[in-house]
Amino acid sequence: MTATTETRPLPAPAKETAARWRRQLSDPAVGIWLAALGVTLLGWLVVALDGGEFLTQPNITGILQNCVALGLIALGQTMVILTGSLDLSVAFLASLGTLVAADTMAGEDANLVVGVLAVLALCTAVGLANGLIVTKLKVNAFIATLGVALILRGWIEDNYTGPSGAVSPSFQRLGYDRIGPIPVSVFLLAAVALALWFVCRRTRLGHHMFATGGDEHAARLSGVRTERTVVIAHVLCALCVGIAALFLTARFGAGSPWAGTEASYDLESIAAVVLGGTILAGGRGGVVGTLGGVVVLAVLDSVFNQLAVDPFFKNVLRGVVIIAAVAVYARRRRSTRRSA
Amino acid sequence: MSTVTATPVRATEGRRSRLTQALGTALPVYALLLLLFGALAITDPGFFEADRFLAFVRRAAPLVLLAAGQYLVIVSGHFDLSVGAIVTAGVVVAAEIYQDFPGAHWLVVTLALVAAGGLVGLVNGLVSTVLRVPSFITTLGMMLILQGGVFYWTGGSPTGSLPEEFRAMGRNDVFGWLPWAVLVCAAAGVGVALLMRSRFGRTLIATGDSDRTAELSGVSVHRVRVIAFVLSGAAAALAAVLVGGYSGISAQAGSGMEFEAITAVVLGGVLLGGGRGSVLGAMAGAFALTALFTLLNLRGVSGALEPTVQGVIVIAAVAVGAANWSRPRARLLTGNRPPPGSADPTHAPGPTDSTGGPTA
Amino acid sequence: MRSPIRRRLTLAVSAVLSAALITSCSSDSPADGPPDPAGSEQPADGDADADDAEFFEEDEYARQLALTEETPEGPEDRPWEQMLRPELVNTEEYAIPDEEIHLCFSNAGVFNPWRQVGMTTMRAEVAEHPEITEFTVLDAEGKDDKQISDIQNLSNQDCDLLIVSPNTTATLTPAVEEACQKLPVIVFDRGVNTDCAVTFIHPIGGYAYGAAAADFLVEEVDSGGKILALRISPGVDVLENRWSAAEIALEEAGLEVADVEFTEGDPAVTKSIVTDAIQRHGSIDGVWMDSGATAVAAIEAFEDAGVDVPPISGEDQQDFLQAWAENDLTAIAPGYPTFQWRTPVIAALQVLRGEEVPGEWVLPQPVITSENRDDYLREEMPPLHYGLCGCEDLPGYPQDWGGRG
Repeated sequence: MTATTETRPLPAPAKETAARWRRQLSDPAVGIWLAALGVTLLGWLVVALDGGEFLTQPNITGILQNCVALGLIALGQTMVILTGSLDLSVAFLASLGTLVAADTMAGEDANLVVGVLAVLALCTAVGLANGLIVTKLKVNAFIATLGVALILRGWIEDNYTGPSGAVSPSFQRLGYDRIGPIPVSVFLLAAVALALWFVCRRTRLGHHMFATGGDEHAARLSGVRTERTVVIAHVLCALCVGIAALFLTARFGAGSPWAGTEASYDLESIAAVVLGGTILAGGRGGVVGTLGGVVVLAVLDSVFNQLAVDPFFKNVLRGVVIIAAVAVYARRRRSTRRSA
Repeated sequence: MSTVTATPVRATEGRRSRLTQALGTALPVYALLLLLFGALAITDPGFFEADRFLAFVRRAAPLVLLAAGQYLVIVSGHFDLSVGAIVTAGVVVAAEIYQDFPGAHWLVVTLALVAAGGLVGLVNGLVSTVLRVPSFITTLGMMLILQGGVFYWTGGSPTGSLPEEFRAMGRNDVFGWLPWAVLVCAAAGVGVALLMRSRFGRTLIATGDSDRTAELSGVSVHRVRVIAFVLSGAAAALAAVLVGGYSGISAQAGSGMEFEAITAVVLGGVLLGGGRGSVLGAMAGAFALTALFTLLNLRGVSGALEPTVQGVIVIAAVAVGAANWSRPRARLLTGNRPPPGSADPTHAPGPTDSTGGPTA
Repeated sequence: MRSPIRRRLTLAVSAVLSAALITSCSSDSPADGPPDPAGSEQPADGDADADDAEFFEEDEYARQLALTEETPEGPEDRPWEQMLRPELVNTEEYAIPDEEIHLCFSNAGVFNPWRQVGMTTMRAEVAEHPEITEFTVLDAEGKDDKQISDIQNLSNQDCDLLIVSPNTTATLTPAVEEACQKLPVIVFDRGVNTDCAVTFIHPIGGYAYGAAAADFLVEEVDSGGKILALRISPGVDVLENRWSAAEIALEEAGLEVADVEFTEGDPAVTKSIVTDAIQRHGSIDGVWMDSGATAVAAIEAFEDAGVDVPPISGEDQQDFLQAWAENDLTAIAPGYPTFQWRTPVIAALQVLRGEEVPGEWVLPQPVITSENRDDYLREEMPPLHYGLCGCEDLPGYPQDWGGRG
């Protein structure tokens, strides 16, 4: 799967086709989806050899379902990382989101809309705070969002003593219904992904985000309002976390103070984004790659499950996979640059 | 304080302005530290009695070591998220060693741990430089690998125990009054401060400032960065010896310490992304953070709200540091990135930039 | 230079002040803090406060305290097969032929030594029964969302019975309800908000745990003594129970709770907290802990400060029992026994044989005192091993639990 680095003298047309192919393959978004396919096939093979069945309906449903929460948060994380920022507060925000949602809904369908709006309002406020601290107070995103994470943590710990609230009965279907093997929540993920893809690729805001992440100074010189772009990216990220929190609430039936942190969505979402080929320094990457990264992680998880891999050893494998994948990108990026 | 006074690259800029810069970056943390010490003195008049204060320094020592190591990595333009996992792994591995070799001399075990920490740092460094994986990801992966690996090995929880002799460095006093940990901490501090005054220190900062310029002026960029990672790993392993000594065997000795160390370094006025800040500031940041924890403890702030107060203060302190700084020198700050090859917004940053981690 | 310094100071001071402001505001009107999502959140916080109030359930508290006085039914030397006030239910509908049983287990995770010892014990118990030919374990690694998927996944496999150890109470309720419709389910350790499971296995509970430690302090510490309460972390309901029971007992006896601090289960933090508390209060007359993981660090803090270790509560971990024995402390160790990990396997086999089991299987919750301490102190076991594992007769002991011998 690695594009070869050497350019041997080839007949002109063939060389051009080869170059195009190489460019295609070296697009991390394509690469990660190929990797997802590869991992799935490999998983199927290994599990089959182990005497199990991999591509069963419950298993596919499980893999897709496991993509949703991390996928939504990773999509949001993609927005901030593209603009050269970072959000470490997503895990606590997700926890707080589930609590606010479940408490506001209080088990009544009548409160459903209010509950959703409350979560989205909370997330907008936190995203705005993140963005403003990063841009106006000039606090590095790492520290700013880590600080906001601490603030949210204290908030949760001071106000909640355990799972709380109850979800609206009809809202719970978001967490459990499925069409064929596909959970309905996957459509939610797809819709958010599509919307963000559109923002990134087809709107001025998207171009500004890439420009800001690529080189903030140059972007500012060429008239991009970089600060506003970063703030908007943070708000988009927080909103994605809010949607993830709503999904989690639907799944839990209640709010849970540790839902976000025990799943360590902060670091996992960054890992998924980077696995999807988005550069941590910003300016390059996109939602398609991130989704691929999330799928790879979910498929790997499912394979580990099926093979009953020791949970501690799973972490070792995850660490190796993440480093190796990013090493491959870095290598390929250099080689395409050289041959271009 | 003159650790940042001259870099080969910017030597022409004049020493005086660099000196004020260095003071300027670290000044907020000294102010914060004084403020916290003042608050501690009001809260608890006995705080500055010699033995109490030394006990405080002992408590801060592991974080100070981690901050010093982390400083080296950060100033060179990288991150080390694996230090917390190295502390946990170090404590667990020490216990395992004593399980298998009950008679092992403490010095041998300590040196073995430090060497192993350095080795982890070497791997971090090589992957981040030679393979060009952003260090955020390298060390995040390393964190998963170490945490998973060490508990996979021991079957989930540490099985050995730490003998008194090994724990002495973290727990006991020299001459009956000076904690070993304070001595270790002071020695490491002096060592790193001297290191930063040496040629290596200047090249390290130059590398973090702009690795392309450093490379052009003949610095082996990879080598200095790898050395920074090795030192950070070794410092973390030494911190593990102190932590294990102070509080004994635990399955989560170092959890969260990587974020504390990075916070301490940033609190000390060091710029994430590299090239600016002093190691003394970083270590002062570690003291300030520990003083803050102690103050919150002593004031009896509702345990649950502690993180909130901590978060507000950290953001505020860093914001104060950034506010006085960035306005007059905004140009210089953004100039830390390699000059753009073109104004094309989707154009990727230079290849060297991809190793830098988020430089937001 | 003067004015920038002043400005920084002003800012820093205002930061501290605003932090203080948040602290003070939150108690009566929590919606005033920084992440203020407009007024729409107010009902939510109202509920949160209500939860605080309803957190302490008088009836359950009384029930648990009564249970601690009762003698359980069942074999005396096998506490994991004993039961308190059993109300047996018929399980004939689940009976299957006795050979080739496929048992499935959705575990919350093995993220601490307690769960580690428990998991090892459960695997050994499974190995005791040759009729269990397959034992599938899915580990949720502490993620609620993953555990829900795990339960769905397992209930769609050909499991004969599903055992669930929930990661969080409440949040797994819908998943367990869904699974109940497909196969018999046994829940243990933490509960869920449904009684669709065939049985729910658990020791007496958090109130009994917290009260046992507190009653001991009431007995050992003179009235008016200062008690330091060390808790792991806020927001965990099962631990909140332990504390609320202790709070009542301590208050009734006129003991002063000097501090309530959260240790995150980290011994270094614990040691710092205890050291600070000794300094601040001059002396501490008793230590109450909601779990024993960091008890040894607390003991060492007293030793290092050069004062006598006051009466202290811990748990059945070997390092604590050992420190207790060596220093001849005044101590107690209420247990949340790991032997409960054996019971679900035994119950599963009974259910699949169609035998009667208690609808709620309440296990005894032994308390280790200085009289029976040496029964649980085992030289060959590692420091973080739990003495109440009831695993000494199982195959693979002690090596599989990390012990020597």
